[in-house]
Amino acid sequence: MKSRLNINGLDREFEADPTTPLLWVLREQLGLTGTKYGCGVAICGACTVHINGVPVRSCVRAVSSVAADEKILTIEGLSRDASHPVQKAWIALDVPQCGYCQSGMIMAAVALLREKPKPSDRDIDEAMTNICRCGTYNRVRAAIKVVAEGGDARTAGLSIQHSDGSIA
Amino acid sequence: MSGPAVTRRQFLASSAAGGLSLAFHLPFAREAIAHGETIPELNAWVVVRPDDTVVVRIARSEMGQGTLTGLAQMVAEELGCDWAKVTTEQPTPGENLARKRVWGNFSTGGSRGIRESQDYVRKGGAAARMMLVEAAAIEWGVPAAQCSVSKGVIRHAASGRTTSYGRVAAAAARLSPPTEVVLKDPRDWQILGKRLARLDTVEKVNGKQIYGADLSMPGMLNAAIRKCPVFGGKLLGFEASVIESRPGVRKVVRVHDDTVAVVAETWWQARTALDALPIRWDFGPHLSASSEAFSKVLRAGLDASEAAIGNRNGDALAAIRESARSIEAVYAYPHQNHACMEPMNAVARFTADRCEVWTPTQNGEAALAAVSEASGLPAARCEVYKINLGGGFGRRGAVHDWVRQAVAIAREMPGTPVKLLWSREEDMLQGRFHPVTQCRLTAGLDASGNITGLHMRISGQSILAGVFPQNIRDGRDPVVFQGLNDGGAEAMIGYSFPNLLIDHAMRNPHVPPGFWRGVNLNQNAIYLECFMDEIAAATGQDPLELRRKLMGAHPKHLAVLNAVAERAGWGSPAPAINGHKVFRGLAQTHGFGSYVAACAEVSVSAEGQLLMHRIVAATDCGHAVNPQQIEAQIEGSFAYGLSAFFGQCTVKDGRIEQSNFDTYPVVRMPHMPRVECIVMPSGGFWGGVGEPTIAVAAPAVLNAIFAATGQRIRQLPLIGQSLRRA
Repeated sequence: MKSRLNINGLDREFEADPTTPLLWVLREQLGLTGTKYGCGVAICGACTVHINGVPVRSCVRAVSSVAADEKILTIEGLSRDASHPVQKAWIALDVPQCGYCQSGMIMAAVALLREKPKPSDRDIDEAMTNICRCGTYNRVRAAIKVVAEGGDARTAGLSIQHSDGSIA
Repeated sequence: MSGPAVTRRQFLASSAAGGLSLAFHLPFAREAIAHGETIPELNAWVVVRPDDTVVVRIARSEMGQGTLTGLAQMVAEELGCDWAKVTTEQPTPGENLARKRVWGNFSTGGSRGIRESQDYVRKGGAAARMMLVEAAAIEWGVPAAQCSVSKGVIRHAASGRTTSYGRVAAAAARLSPPTEVVLKDPRDWQILGKRLARLDTVEKVNGKQIYGADLSMPGMLNAAIRKCPVFGGKLLGFEASVIESRPGVRKVVRVHDDTVAVVAETWWQARTALDALPIRWDFGPHLSASSEAFSKVLRAGLDASEAAIGNRNGDALAAIRESARSIEAVYAYPHQNHACMEPMNAVARFTADRCEVWTPTQNGEAALAAVSEASGLPAARCEVYKINLGGGFGRRGAVHDWVRQAVAIAREMPGTPVKLLWSREEDMLQGRFHPVTQCRLTAGLDASGNITGLHMRISGQSILAGVFPQNIRDGRDPVVFQGLNDGGAEAMIGYSFPNLLIDHAMRNPHVPPGFWRGVNLNQNAIYLECFMDEIAAATGQDPLELRRKLMGAHPKHLAVLNAVAERAGWGSPAPAINGHKVFRGLAQTHGFGSYVAACAEVSVSAEGQLLMHRIVAATDCGHAVNPQQIEAQIEGSFAYGLSAFFGQCTVKDGRIEQSNFDTYPVVRMPHMPRVECIVMPSGGFWGGVGEPTIAVAAPAVLNAIFAATGQRIRQLPLIGQSLRRA
């Protein structure tokens, strides 16, 4: 049976059992592998996408429960060229290590900053429940604050030299 | 000089970026690029393209630790190229084999990536620079010694002539490599040692980075797998007919004698079919094994008369016996799972005369050996393509159990690529676990509180016995004594005791062990550094002053300890935070060739809630290749090391009880302390940075908890233990 979802602004058709989690439709039917499988039980957050702007753990969300007109946003749809302010801050501060959890981290951070443009540390603690085993948490926090403060990465004080001559 | 040209890998890289298809046969030969022009390598490490871009070959695996960028910095420094024009590519294990291991060791563990390859990769860069300069000098008819280099531009000052690396690369590649190569003085470094941005960040923030779990190929099928959950058990049988008619299911496969896999069109179909598959197991001889029972075995090992000696001077037992008083404590460290965010996976394609595997691995050559063995084909007919790792931490290095499984499944369907992806549950239950040990420490003290003798008896699991038993010598596993060795550049104890005995009673449970980031340094540092604190408390000495008295012969250990104490403000009370009184704890160790120390600042509320406010951490790694990435490794080490406060792996009915992050909690954002890093390279040696700091994370915090509560925590995790003031 063919179904339809609106993903990153495009209507996409696919065939999958209706009980299939959204995560696996994204990854296996639609080739959007930026969204990751980490735990399958909505704990680690690697599979975080937005549905109508709300962060959702796609690994436990049956695809049949998402209506065709609901707007799904994945990491691939955040920007064409990694130019979203959150992505720019992540790049400036070299946040990722292995990077596997970072799609979910970024989607969670984008949702947080939309809800609370100037999040407190406590807001960050409560919203950023994603697991990162490399331990990038402090740079994640710093990057969120960079965005909240207007995007000047120098405020993080990491002194990272980029190839374009900029220093974060 | 000739060798593989860059084009083939460009193809691989661009295909991977597309995410949907990879070529099967990647010919290992020189190839033409678009304009009919060949780009020969200058040597195994360096290719310079006509447009001046530089390709640096990286043999070690990138798993987040930054080795890709660090190794490229080292080559680029000696090459003298423009850093902005550096790209990287990874030779395959098969190419390394065919070229008589020209890229050396692929193994990426033990914090060795940089320190073990720094000499030959820098020489590779320097030799390439000399050839480029010589080619320009020949063209100009001037002595090479009169030419200088800056950012990939060669200049002959006297004549004012300049040319670029890209323009002379083809001629340079035809020259003989220099026989003598002199490396730069570290004082002249311009790329090495700088806080440069990583080379691999952008694709990790836009979803384009391809991990093994993301691979897809035309005609590929997907496999889900279940191995007998009780270690040592066997597969008796399964009722394939129950699931064979489910959508997408293609085959149910017996794998080895203890595992079953379901192959389907999609992984979700395979996984759900596997869940519905009736499986019969012979759980084998360990069905009644439990952590409680094994804990008693370990406890008995603390008193065993036989033990392998790791470090001894004088007669510690006599000194303790004859001392005015003695103190004793027993510590324990639990099993831990690596819990990489990306579960184990591999794509395998088998035909009668060739077997290829695409997989995230910390050791491509070991993976190739596993493919050869599992496929029954000689290594020359096998190949491994290393795919970016979603975490490694030691799980993806020594044992390639998932690769053997993938090949076994692919053998059942020749010609069809099959992707095996473990579920999180499989990953948790079939780990290669941090070894479990206990330690009894006994110190003899004289009337003035000086230590007359120290005995550390370690009882418990040997990683080598489970992974590389051929490296056990006379029943002794030398790796058990990490951080406690009498000298050496790798992992040396930082104190001089008048009498010392450190020994190990090996007791191996049926749980398979593995090299878990930090390895045995983790628990050894807890044991020794917490006990040093106990001695200080028992003798009324300041923990820092007690240590200093014993560290006169260990100036590098002492320097990092002093650095954290000074930065943290040891000796003056820590300012209260939000009304919480703050207390400090110290720890230091030497491991993976680097000296590290930490000072933790914590508070414990009246209700027993622990807050970790700040940790000051110092590292002397000899030479610091990229300080901002060293800081990232130090910070990450606290997340990894402090996770042992939250979770552990326990055994009941022969199997691991924790099957996902709900029962195996790890450090998350709210727990993460602020970390202030002091990177203080003293020069003259190269130490690793990915692991050593993990070892000081827990003991520094545990000692701070004691300062706050008067309570000694001697086993982890903390969860379930009350932290109320004693």
